[in-house]
Amino acid sequence: MKNEIAIEAKNLSVGYGDYVLLHDADYQVNKGDIFIIMGGSGCGKSSMLRVLTGLIEPLKGTVIINGVDMVTAKREEVQRIREKSGILYQSGALFSSMTLAENIMLPLQQYSDYSPQTIRELAELKLALVGLKGFGDFYPSEISGGMKKRAGLARALALDPDIVYFDEPSAGLDPISSHNLDDLIIEINRSLGTTIVVVTHELASIFAIGTNSIFLDANTKTIMAKGNPRELLKNPPNKEVSEFLTRGEKKK
Amino acid sequence: MRKETENNLVLQTFDNEFNIVVAGPILNYDSAAFLQNLQKELSTNITKINFVADGIGQWDSSFLAVMYGVVGLAQSRGIECDISAMPQNVRDLVGLAYAVDRKPTHGGGKKLPFLEKLGKNTLDILQKTSDVMDFLGKIGSAVGRFFTFRSIMRRIDFCAALEDCGPKSIGIVSLISFLVGLILAFVGAIQLQTFGAQIYVASLVTIGMCRIMGAIMVGIIMAGRTGSSYAATIGTMQVNEELDALQTMGLSKIDFLVLPRLLALLIAMPILTILADFMGMIGGAFVGVFMMDLPYQEYWKYAFNAFNLENFLVGVFHGFCFGIIIAVCGCYSGLNCGRDADSVGVATTQSVVRAIVWMIVATGIITVICMELGI
Ligand SMILES: Nc1ncnc2c1ncn2[C@@H]1O[C@H](COP(=O)(O)OP(=O)(O)O)[C@@H](O)[C@H]1O
Ligand SMILES: [Mg+2]
Repeated sequence: MKNEIAIEAKNLSVGYGDYVLLHDADYQVNKGDIFIIMGGSGCGKSSMLRVLTGLIEPLKGTVIINGVDMVTAKREEVQRIREKSGILYQSGALFSSMTLAENIMLPLQQYSDYSPQTIRELAELKLALVGLKGFGDFYPSEISGGMKKRAGLARALALDPDIVYFDEPSAGLDPISSHNLDDLIIEINRSLGTTIVVVTHELASIFAIGTNSIFLDANTKTIMAKGNPRELLKNPPNKEVSEFLTRGEKKK
Repeated sequence: MRKETENNLVLQTFDNEFNIVVAGPILNYDSAAFLQNLQKELSTNITKINFVADGIGQWDSSFLAVMYGVVGLAQSRGIECDISAMPQNVRDLVGLAYAVDRKPTHGGGKKLPFLEKLGKNTLDILQKTSDVMDFLGKIGSAVGRFFTFRSIMRRIDFCAALEDCGPKSIGIVSLISFLVGLILAFVGAIQLQTFGAQIYVASLVTIGMCRIMGAIMVGIIMAGRTGSSYAATIGTMQVNEELDALQTMGLSKIDFLVLPRLLALLIAMPILTILADFMGMIGGAFVGVFMMDLPYQEYWKYAFNAFNLENFLVGVFHGFCFGIIIAVCGCYSGLNCGRDADSVGVATTQSVVRAIVWMIVATGIITVICMELGI
């Protein structure tokens, strides 16, 4: 099967004003990948995600998503790409004044022309897919952190996105919930064919789900390694990567 | 797009079996209408539903919703449902959707019947009343701790609060009370002019501002400006679990959060009230001297003759009481805030509304007491 490219970063520099976090990064995410952005705290993983999702502009270079150059393309075209991507924020970012079902129905009401009943059914389906069947009438304040993340994922999936972005999906979850969420990510990737970009430093997740990755380094402000994380573990290109990927073993 | 794929799901009935033929791509499909239609068509003697693939193409969530709905319907009616002809990933997803790993243990967002709600609200009010009493008691003992030097209040918190409700409020308080004095003079002047008694505008403004208007205006400004910010700050701390952190560290929320804000307002409010009194008088003079052409010296002579220390002190006392009310309402609303963004908004609104209502009530009480005392 020919690998199509979902996201391509060209000469991408990320930072805030004069404060550069990453120079001239080049990488590609293939369609159907589970792509991991890893690295130590503060190396700019979340900032990279913000650039990919259009929350901040790159300092230099460009991001091409599904063939559309996000920096130079027309507003409508960028908007079309954004509608086709879902984002799961660290805490779920559910709207607290709406029930879970209403949270999921919101993007459907905005961007689709389904009938109200169908929208309700779709919301129910998405909740069931993430294991929250029957929780549609709950408010975010009435469910646990892990469930909030699942509900956030259901909302991210509402519009059948091509790409779903995750920022630290396992943050604040116990190992079992985190493992279940990983399984869910794999299942969605496999069954829906969704391309998935995950920011994480959780080794268990990285090895369990990652099919491709980049390793960001704060000192050199570059991508220090690229490739399948398990391959990287076998043949680490340098000391930093090997230290990062074997962190867990030393403790044991 | 819906038009194109509308006919790609075909229903067929054979004796006891029911076929749903997928004859092409299913995109943007109106699954609700399909399921309603299916419910009508599904006669009672059907024992099996088959999904038949006949050139299945692209599909999206609406197709999953159809499958999910049909499988659910079949389960509830005890009908067998065969989806083996569907692609592997579709079957996996339907399986995933039905693999519930937890069930709601309590009803979410449920509406109560009227009587139950009435009873609950009554109990809530009683509970709240005792909460407020409890809160006031705790504040009292915190103030006691403060004066016996056993409070854990940080001086820097107090200074920050004082800066916010002192120097930073001077601008807005001056402006508003100047304008209120101006308006008071203007309204009075029109009436007094008909008797040729326009010089008494000076007395009117002085008495009005000093006795009550200065304090009321400062109270309303500070309730909107400072009380609401107390509620929002403390409410956000609740959302961020900072209040829980304080509690588990064994630090008193009252000493740490309420006391500095309360003391700052207690100091600032009387001073701001005095400022408002004088700014109001200047506003009055502005109208008197520049618009009604009253002689400058004459105006101030009447103004100072009307000035009466008792009135002035009653006004300042109002300011002092309003300070307590604003701080208590703001902090109470913040500390009792819920744990989501919405609740912070509610707490902020409540703090202002409560403060204004209680200020009016307090004004009434003070006025009655003064009348009895003959002040
Ligand atoms: N809005 C911002 N303005 C300026 N600097 C920021 C901003 N957001 C984050 N930073 C800085 O960028 C760096 C990387 O942040 P972030 O991308 O969140 O790191 P990571 O997610 O890898 O831990 C941090 O040093 C942070 O201080
Ligand atoms: Mg981060």
